[in-house]
Amino acid sequence: MDVSVSYNRYKFIGYEFLTWLWFLVENEPERLPAAAKNLDSLTIGNRMVIEKRRNEEVLEAITIKGDDAGLEEGLLALKKGAVVTEINLVQTMGEYVWSFNLKGESLNIYSLKTPPVAPVESGDDIEGAVIEKIYLYEQVIDFIYNLFKLFIKDRVSDSWPKTVNHIKKWIYS
Amino acid sequence: MGVLSSSVSITQYKVEGQLPAPVNEAVLKGLQRNSITDIDNESEELVSGWAAFENPYKPEFELAGVSLDTRFLFSLRIDKKSIPAKTMKKHYFLEMSKRLAESGRDFLSKNEKREIREHVKTTLTLRIPATPNIYDIVWDYEGGKLWFFSNLKSANEELETLFSKTFKLTLIRVFPYTMANLLAGLTEPEKDRLAKLAPTAFTG
Repeated sequence: MDVSVSYNRYKFIGYEFLTWLWFLVENEPERLPAAAKNLDSLTIGNRMVIEKRRNEEVLEAITIKGDDAGLEEGLLALKKGAVVTEINLVQTMGEYVWSFNLKGESLNIYSLKTPPVAPVESGDDIEGAVIEKIYLYEQVIDFIYNLFKLFIKDRVSDSWPKTVNHIKKWIYS
Repeated sequence: MGVLSSSVSITQYKVEGQLPAPVNEAVLKGLQRNSITDIDNESEELVSGWAAFENPYKPEFELAGVSLDTRFLFSLRIDKKSIPAKTMKKHYFLEMSKRLAESGRDFLSKNEKREIREHVKTTLTLRIPATPNIYDIVWDYEGGKLWFFSNLKSANEELETLFSKTFKLTLIRVFPYTMANLLAGLTEPEKDRLAKLAPTAFTG
């Protein structure tokens, strides 16, 4: 299948993944460590985009922003048939904290901030700093990948309608 | 945007295919062959090529600077000249006035105007320096994975074209369908179900 065709045709998988992830964070956080061994917590950060779409057309979109923003309006939008298209997540492992935005349709990561690495003071420090940074990026990328694996295995299985029922119960609770 | 920046964007790719052994040498040669060339003082508006991570303004590669642990680290540099619209307008007007005075006429044909516009553009392009944009790349050759430190569509397209030209390997962008189909370890029956998926309604 052509890349752009598969990108557009199956964008909804990414939106469902983020919607499922929000549900998981709020309702079944005990399942999250299966995707990252040393995870202490994963929380919804300070930004979320929720869209009601029909094919390529965005019928309604809301963006929730701010550190103290409530997500009630997001749930309300889900009740109207919207899905999450972008989400900001905060991942904590011990004293280390990562924050990043994840885009549903592309799984692109942006505004990724890792825990700080030792400052680069001379040319000799660069290699060490890069290796450390790569390790820190890997913690996020592997986590997303493992979460997606959990999701897609469920999505293509017979148990998906059961998961959908749980998500519906949460949306309407 | 770079690996060491405080905030980064990452686009993930799967790399398919094998390089001839020794791989280190094949990578180094590929980077050298397609390294960035300078277009300052040239009439070209855009050029892209590989650059060294530590010194992206000096198109020289050494294995020690490219090979890092089990990965390769280098950058894509895209140099672009942009003539400000107002500068273009000014020089076009001046050139047109000069041409009118020389010809003794009070109008110029459509073709003459087009020629003047092209001439002005070429002259200005020769005079202005290109603005470099640098995007880092981390390539895990054994794992068949590549991270590109930008989500910009144009930069990603440039990367895909240059990578394929340089290494004759296929870069597959990771997005929901490709991650599910190629990376999630689905069985063949699961992949069949994936192909037939339709959006879920979480309402009602």
